[in-house]
Amino acid sequence: MSLYAVIFYLLAALILAATGLAITRKNPVHAVVFLVFSFLGSAMLFFLLGAPFLAALEVIIYAGAIMILFLFVIMMLRVDVADRIGLSVGRWVPAIVFGGLFLALSALTVFRNSGSAAMLKAAMATPRGFGRYIFERYWLAVEIISVLLLLGLLAAVLVGRGRDEKAKSSGDKRGEEP
Amino acid sequence: MIVPFSHVFMLAGALFFLGLVCIFARRNLIMTLIGIEIMMNAAAIAFVASAAHWHRLEGQAFVLFIIGVAATEVAVGLALVVAAHRRTGSVDPDRYDVLKW
Repeated sequence: MSLYAVIFYLLAALILAATGLAITRKNPVHAVVFLVFSFLGSAMLFFLLGAPFLAALEVIIYAGAIMILFLFVIMMLRVDVADRIGLSVGRWVPAIVFGGLFLALSALTVFRNSGSAAMLKAAMATPRGFGRYIFERYWLAVEIISVLLLLGLLAAVLVGRGRDEKAKSSGDKRGEEP
Repeated sequence: MIVPFSHVFMLAGALFFLGLVCIFARRNLIMTLIGIEIMMNAAAIAFVASAAHWHRLEGQAFVLFIIGVAATEVAVGLALVVAAHRRTGSVDPDRYDVLKW
């Protein structure tokens, strides 16, 4: 077993353990903190698999921006921690049974495939080469993603602004008119 | 030589399974969004592994778009959660019953 394999299995154990802890925490803040560990582990896995640029993006966007956004919303909403999240058998058992069925089927499919035993070779896509590739072959998709991000921004502002302030201000105006 | 392709794929599958369980089992909209993030991350790991397997950059290009879509989705989703919380005072999906008369 090479050093790369040892690192991979350690990272896999770290990612699975952190994610498993995250989805069973009662307090969403603890869940988010464990999830940051999971995403940092994923970033290291991307680096191991030869995608350093994506590893940087994973740290910046997933572990940085998205998780901080979750923390902001949790703190803004003052979510009551005891949100009847207890380990009720009626909810966890069907989820684990159907998820386990899915996992078993996917394991069967993956391991029955003859090409799946091939070893991954250590290779690296440099950020420069990756950028050239993206902007030569997929520049339209990059533009579409940027428009999608702009639309997401607009939608978040529109939805998050709420209606009550607008109604209140227009109501006040209507009150002043006569 | 790192590891067999199938082991990376099974890691992605297990991560997807954890996200699925999170969505099904938790009664909290924020945890549901977290489950979706976990599932998207699992898909990204599978794409990066495929890119390393076939030595093609398409897989890595797709991960870039997955990350963009995940960022948009979480912004809009959390805005919806905030709007719903303002209306009902809860993040429990069972409390969103304003259509009931």
